[in-house]
Amino acid sequence: MTKVLPAFVLIPLVMAFVLPVFGKKGKNIATVLANLVTITLFVLAIACIGKSGVYQVGNWSIRVGIILVLDGLSSLMLLAINLVSAAAMLFSARYMEQYTAKSKYLSLFMLMVAAMNGLVLAGDLFNLFVFLEIASLASYALVGFGCEHEELEASFKYMVLGSVASSFILFAIALVYGNTAYLNMACISKSIQASGLNIGLTFALALFIVGFGLKAALVPFHAWLPDAHSSAPAPISAMLSGIIIKTLGVYALTRILFNIFGVSISVGWLLITLGLLSMIAGAFLAIGQWDFKRLLAYSSISQIGYVVLGIGLGATLLAKKANPAWASLALLGGLFHLVNHAVYKSLLFLTSGSVEMSTGTRQLKEMGGLAQRLPVTRTACTVASASIVGIPPFSGFWSKLILVIAAVQAGLYWIAAIIVFVSLCTLIMYLKVQRYAFLGELPENLQQIKENKGSMLVAMAVLAFLCVLMGLLVIIPSLRDSILKPAVDVLTVGPKHWEIAGILKM
Amino acid sequence: MEQEQQNSNTMQTGKISNGTKGMTVIVKTVSSWVKVLIFLFGINIVLFGHLTPGGGFAGGVILASSYVLLMLAFGREFVEENLPLPLASKLDCLGAFMFALVAILGIVLGGSFFLNFLYQKYLPGQPLHLVSAGIIPLANIAIGLKVGASLFLITLMLSISCKGRECRFE
Amino acid sequence: MPYALCFLLFMIGLYCAVVKKNLVKIVIGLAIMEYAVNLFLIMLGYRTGGTAPILDKTYIEAGTNKIVANFINTSVDPLPQALVLTAIVISLGSLALIISISIRIYGKYGTFDITEIRRLKG
Repeated sequence: MTKVLPAFVLIPLVMAFVLPVFGKKGKNIATVLANLVTITLFVLAIACIGKSGVYQVGNWSIRVGIILVLDGLSSLMLLAINLVSAAAMLFSARYMEQYTAKSKYLSLFMLMVAAMNGLVLAGDLFNLFVFLEIASLASYALVGFGCEHEELEASFKYMVLGSVASSFILFAIALVYGNTAYLNMACISKSIQASGLNIGLTFALALFIVGFGLKAALVPFHAWLPDAHSSAPAPISAMLSGIIIKTLGVYALTRILFNIFGVSISVGWLLITLGLLSMIAGAFLAIGQWDFKRLLAYSSISQIGYVVLGIGLGATLLAKKANPAWASLALLGGLFHLVNHAVYKSLLFLTSGSVEMSTGTRQLKEMGGLAQRLPVTRTACTVASASIVGIPPFSGFWSKLILVIAAVQAGLYWIAAIIVFVSLCTLIMYLKVQRYAFLGELPENLQQIKENKGSMLVAMAVLAFLCVLMGLLVIIPSLRDSILKPAVDVLTVGPKHWEIAGILKM
Repeated sequence: MEQEQQNSNTMQTGKISNGTKGMTVIVKTVSSWVKVLIFLFGINIVLFGHLTPGGGFAGGVILASSYVLLMLAFGREFVEENLPLPLASKLDCLGAFMFALVAILGIVLGGSFFLNFLYQKYLPGQPLHLVSAGIIPLANIAIGLKVGASLFLITLMLSISCKGRECRFE
Repeated sequence: MPYALCFLLFMIGLYCAVVKKNLVKIVIGLAIMEYAVNLFLIMLGYRTGGTAPILDKTYIEAGTNKIVANFINTSVDPLPQALVLTAIVISLGSLALIISISIRIYGKYGTFDITEIRRLKG
């Protein structure tokens, strides 16, 4: 299985440079090829479940070469990335006909997918940085794709904050190299466990938290997210909100914190605080929004707060050396919420794109009664809203339940109360969406709209189906042990993960 | 119209006139001699990338800068007739594809991605000669082509003037 | 001591990117930040009194094609130099993208002042 690992990066990268050759006349062939690529990658990601391995690029040994590492956490992220990108590419086959430069869009999209796949597979810090930059540059260009006033302004804001974050991350990588003289993650972790954290490494850890926090839009650093996610084209909003802020922000921070530096109580509490701030601020700011996509963007900030809260709780419990089952439960809640949010938030953004394509507007006050004309969109949106709020048989309920149980078991009852309170706020904001967009009466200028056909409906239907089924990932023990448990185990063993995977002997 | 005709004829006949576009006669004369030297220097940096400082990226920047010099001296339309936009875009894609081909040949001929497949099996060489260092010269040539074409495209695109609400493309 | 000056340069770039009101000055601030980080990376590999890490005939033993041990003990570290090459290419691409977005913003809004480019609020 490890021989297939370069294909995750190589295939989309080669397609990104072959697709512009087709130009304007071969647009349909280009679209079909791009869809084939994303579906192939998704099938490969399913084949990688439960396996692990290390691929040495160029057969160079670990001291001088770069490696690609597949373990439990990487395979979970690969699954989420390729699922959402396959659905978004299927959706954009019909949605991007409104824009003129579709072949450039497909090329940039392939670059973004290649970079994200490479990031979760990277085995050393500098490759992580290079893939992070490629994904960021592709997303800056895709946010401003339509070249209208607001899209350019949103893209500029996103670019400035993203470049500042990347500079912080590179500075931190330079500090780590200066203090340990290695770039490979396994060698760095061995060196840090042997010598402990000095002042340079603590400063590097602080810079990493700020840099990745800017990329993940945690609350003091969230200023770019509402503009960027609401101005981008709908499938790009789905990709941005569904996987980019999670891969570039939360996954990278988790990998560096748990597997390289090792957790401590203060860092765990810092993550819990950032998570709580994001949850509360995101929920309150979202309730007052009247723009559909801006409301969904603020809701993203709130849900990422849940994920970071789960991970912070797991970090604190691991550092206190409490009962390891509690730490595993908190980490399970955080990671499962990450995967769930990828599925239902991208479905919500895709339905908002479908509504925008039919009605031509994004303001909730100008819509109403769309349930009669857009039945499939309405069903998908209702399923996703029920899932994100946490109504029992859907997937969101299980991840929130696990987080509440983990908080109660750790003795932090006030955190569990805040989780339930923010879920109530989420219910308010999504009831607002349902009432203003889908129920009520149809205004006169929207009497003629029709449902969109074709690939957009297939993409939304597949994601809605998965929203319902993902709850089974936690209930059925065999699925949980093969998909979710290896990811949690990678995080609970912490810096010893590299010895267990056998990398240090290579 | 006639000035541009004269401008495009100067490359063949060697008579340079002071047209309405671009810079003065002195700049146009000197740059039309120097551009070949710059291009050749860029190719030298790319080819000897494994022996002297430089390599693919630096050589590609120098290759692109010879075209940028022409753009500054003669005006944008003149250079665009010489190397039109779709051709530069295809050269760009070709450079990237060559680099990916070098990496894939590692899998085909050796079994590992990016393997140094020329290492003393197909093409033995001595150190510090031009033919040595495995696949590095091939990668340098691909990167030089790609970076040169990309930077030329970027400068061409940045020299589009946006007045008021209209941006003039192509 | 040189590392502290690098950090000071980084802070100057950050100040520029955060406080200034002209789009082009913000872009220049970002460029200064990237220069500071690249400088820091190269200075990490420096060895006092070292030579450039380029092989030539004097460093290779005559018959066996091996590198003299003296070379590894006196040359500066070449790994940060390779990292900085990559970082410079990345910042070139990022700078080209942000400048072309600024040019397009000027074409649409007619101004470079960020206090007037505020259509997205709330």
